[in-house]
Amino acid sequence: MKRWLTSQPMQQSVFLGPALLVYAIIMMLPFLLGIYYSFSDWNGVSSQINGVGLQNYKTILTDDPDFGRSLWFTARFTVTVVLLSNVIGFLIAYVLSKPLKSRNVLRTIFFMPNVLGGLLLGFIWQFIFTRSFSAIGQATDIGFFNLFWLGTENTAFWGLVIVSVWQGAGYLMVIYIAGLTNVPSDLMEAAAIDGASGLQVLRHIVLPLIMPAVTICLFLSISWAFKSFDLNFSLTQGGPYKSTESVAMNIYFEAFKSNRYGLGTAKAVIFFVIVTIITMIQVSITKKKEVEM
Amino acid sequence: MKKQSYGMKWLSVEVVVILVGLLFLAPFYFVLTNSFKGFAELLVDTSGLPKSLSWDNYARAWEVLNFPRAFLNSLLITLFSALCMVVAASMAAYRLLRHPSRINRVLFSLFVAAMVVPFQAIMIPLVQVGNWLQFLNSIPGIIFCYTGLGVSFSIFLYHGFMKSIPLEVEEAAVMDGCNPYGIFWRIVFPLLKPMTITVIVLQSLWMWNDFLLPLLVLQKPELQTIQLATNTLFGQYLKQWDLALAALVMGIVPILTFFLVLQKHVIQGITAGAVKG
Repeated sequence: MKRWLTSQPMQQSVFLGPALLVYAIIMMLPFLLGIYYSFSDWNGVSSQINGVGLQNYKTILTDDPDFGRSLWFTARFTVTVVLLSNVIGFLIAYVLSKPLKSRNVLRTIFFMPNVLGGLLLGFIWQFIFTRSFSAIGQATDIGFFNLFWLGTENTAFWGLVIVSVWQGAGYLMVIYIAGLTNVPSDLMEAAAIDGASGLQVLRHIVLPLIMPAVTICLFLSISWAFKSFDLNFSLTQGGPYKSTESVAMNIYFEAFKSNRYGLGTAKAVIFFVIVTIITMIQVSITKKKEVEM
Repeated sequence: MKKQSYGMKWLSVEVVVILVGLLFLAPFYFVLTNSFKGFAELLVDTSGLPKSLSWDNYARAWEVLNFPRAFLNSLLITLFSALCMVVAASMAAYRLLRHPSRINRVLFSLFVAAMVVPFQAIMIPLVQVGNWLQFLNSIPGIIFCYTGLGVSFSIFLYHGFMKSIPLEVEEAAVMDGCNPYGIFWRIVFPLLKPMTITVIVLQSLWMWNDFLLPLLVLQKPELQTIQLATNTLFGQYLKQWDLALAALVMGIVPILTFFLVLQKHVIQGITAGAVKG
């Protein structure tokens, strides 16, 4: 092989070139452009782009109740989903790491909702909430099933939470199971012999040892819930009265439906900053709680 | 301590978990059974089994979705994007790890940093870039987008995995007169196989189910993926559940089959991805 072909600069470009090229065009360029556009009045069509300074940010923070509402919805939604899906995912993992006869089949079943995309899940549950629930309600007369699930703000919120937990718990379960298999069983047995109750073992031995799994699961569930788009899009379309419109949807509508691209990109920048801060805080807190074996 | 025996305690726990499992499956039951019912039967008797197994709904949904077209589009996009990611990311990770020069260390942190950028934060300018570079409304174009969006995480996974591959193998190959590219493709890349499977499985699940990027990038009807076609169908045939449910089942079946066949790899992939992440 010719010498120049194996020179270091050549190797650097052959090995790194393709990845750098796609990265620069698809991630880097749009990211930087987004910051630039966020200080402009760009409408997506006209070639005339005027700088407006901090005007977009000012508008969003002072004169955009829809964005505030979508942020508030997303925050409530994220907290609820993260708590519920982690608790349920962990409980399922804890039980399924015990010697049950059906545990392999059950693991598959609990994971199954996760392989479907949010869009299909939303449509599936639109049917469940509107048709199946009312059928069950008529047959059993249980109030829970007779609610107008997608019609009121409160129930639509909980509807989204139910579907998200149903979707996410199985994925978190897989990670928790992997974490639990690393907990040495002689440690748990020793504690049991010393008279620790099941709950004490869970709280003081299992939980500290699976903190790495907790870190990952919190990270993943926060980012899923915070970026939620597909599910809201197909299940509630953000309604009723925009009460379940997530930040991601608000950005999408601002840019691609109202054609206010400058405003949309400013929202996207704010969204990025919030996501980054939250994940950094979460990871640093839970990392501190991890213990070495 | 004695081995825990499978007594009444575990039996009762098992029964409870199985019941919860059935609850998890219930939505699938409703969608599947009702997809075979006529519209009237579906409204009157939502929870029962269908009176007869009629495929009419499926025939209609097949037409409306243009299913073979949508399926092929989804498949091509997912397959080729995963392939591009594997090639670009494995090579990049190899170079970044084996030549940790200052610039390569900076590049690696840039790739890692991109993993926290949510797609919605860059989607608006991305469409503009697509306009300029003419990669909107084309299958190769969206493959290019997915490769760019997924390459960071793939590099990160390969980078972590490669640390466990001993240098001695490569050094021996250098002695034998193998060139750097040959060393990578003939010696290193085969050793990466477990991580390559993880990357393909994880990224494929994400891309197959993704809705927002195709929504922004593919506007032509003949380019619709399964997700887009389903969305269009729901927009056109509002509340026509007989048709819609059959379409949903057709969307569910391919990806569920993929999962059930490759289940072991999916579970391993998630665990590997989580540990490295």
